[in-house]
Amino acid sequence: MLLISCPNCGSRDETEFHYGGQAHVPYPENPSGLNDREWAEFLFYRDNTKGIFAERWLHSTGCRQWFNMLRDTVTYDIQSIYPMGAPRPDKAAAAPESGTASTAADSTTTGSAAPSIAATSITSTSTAPSTAPSTTQSGTTAPEGATK
Amino acid sequence: MSNQQLPEHPDFLWRNPEPKSSYDAVIVGGGGHGLATAYFLAKNHGMTNIAVLEKGWLAGGNMARNTTIIRSNYLWDESAAIYEHALKLWEVLPEELEYDFLFSQRGVMNLAHTLGDVRESIRRVGANKLNGVDAEWLEPDQVKELCPILNISDNIRYPVMGATYQPRAGIAKHDHVAWAFARKCDELGVDIIQNCEVTGFVKDGNRVVGVKTNRGTINTEKVGLCAAGHSSVLAEMAGFRLPIQSHPLQALVSELHEPVHPTVVMSNHVHVYVSQAHKGELVMGAGVDSYNGYGQRGSFHVIEHQMAAAVELFPIFARAHVLRTWGGIVDTTLDASPIVGTTPVENMFVNCGWGTGGFKGTPAAGLTFAHTIATGTPHELNRPFALERFETGALIDEHGAAAVAH
Repeated sequence: MLLISCPNCGSRDETEFHYGGQAHVPYPENPSGLNDREWAEFLFYRDNTKGIFAERWLHSTGCRQWFNMLRDTVTYDIQSIYPMGAPRPDKAAAAPESGTASTAADSTTTGSAAPSIAATSITSTSTAPSTAPSTTQSGTTAPEGATK
Repeated sequence: MSNQQLPEHPDFLWRNPEPKSSYDAVIVGGGGHGLATAYFLAKNHGMTNIAVLEKGWLAGGNMARNTTIIRSNYLWDESAAIYEHALKLWEVLPEELEYDFLFSQRGVMNLAHTLGDVRESIRRVGANKLNGVDAEWLEPDQVKELCPILNISDNIRYPVMGATYQPRAGIAKHDHVAWAFARKCDELGVDIIQNCEVTGFVKDGNRVVGVKTNRGTINTEKVGLCAAGHSSVLAEMAGFRLPIQSHPLQALVSELHEPVHPTVVMSNHVHVYVSQAHKGELVMGAGVDSYNGYGQRGSFHVIEHQMAAAVELFPIFARAHVLRTWGGIVDTTLDASPIVGTTPVENMFVNCGWGTGGFKGTPAAGLTFAHTIATGTPHELNRPFALERFETGALIDEHGAAAVAH
């Protein structure tokens, strides 16, 4: 049982929360322009990180607010909890001037070689997350979780 | 219940060879699927200069952690075909492998607790029959007759409104299945290399030509990934992504009891599945923990939930003690169907996504994956389970359709 510190309600048992999967996956900026491969990436492909993972949680039986969490998927240690729309705290510290770009690296280029699936999808998926978080950050009403 | 004794076996069923510098094919993952794949590569395709690399000890991952249920009562044609083929293989494998791993066809019952369940179940029985899968619909009194310890009264939260029943389904001794495959692989010349962790891949352009391990680099023409919960980690090393999420899945056993439970009972709605092992433990499992995890352990409230369901369905379990709980890492896909086929990397093949139900599929996974690796093209049975289905949209959505959450 995880003990999760909800930013609004304080420490509560895991049973009060609902898991929301990978964080920082923005809705495509140009949905009508996506090909099948790119839709597959958006709908079905998520990072499955062994180690520090940025993920979303919903305090479903408490304040009913979404928030983000950095959690180690091996030890299950919770490292950081931060608001929807904010950049990953660990990546932001590593690259202070453009913290938002780090989500792109996280989701597509962690392998040593570039993924060999159609090159078009790489460019599109890497541009989408790198631009979208800055959009959602400046937006006041629509963090990426709001569409789920 | 069977009073059969497990067979005696020699101290060593396979060699522990040093890795050679090159093989015709390398299978990553020495669990049930990896061993079955190696066996069928050697037996059906004459590929004996191959190795199975296992980072830990043989069959110490999900092969050692599952609840050993074998059935083929899936709704969709593609699933029924591959799982029924697996079941037919299970029926002949003890003889073929010359190893009695106590495959016990004691039947599997899938309970219905709501009108929706009843309708779905009867539909699935019909679909199963059309696909040549043995299936029956049981009314509550027939459920009671087959499994007298089940509580079919209507004074529980979700009364039993009937069940589907597959008589040919059952359980087997999972460790012994792995050992049976390993021994035959070894006899056929396959090198089973334990404590050999893959740390990367050598590629020539987009073609894989070698495997980097903690015991040196091994050149190979073909690589087959059979790493279940760690498939994404290997794919990332190779430079591609998989639509897989790894979750903890827990199971538990009670201490030994005299035989009380003659079949296998699964309930999707209250969510527990129970059988009694040959030695007498009650073996139970349920659903995955919600979060992604590689820790081979989960949260206790998941166990509490499944125990509550078990005790309501089986009142006599109330005083049984939990002997041991454990967790494995299961590789789930969004359509709850496996991925068996080619990858974006040339000469690299993947068998993953079997999620919480991989044990039952072991023989068919091995057979079809071996065919795919040897010929470079899928077997008829695994063609629908290609990675490309997530692009084409031809998903095999067993999520709501499989007999139990899966």
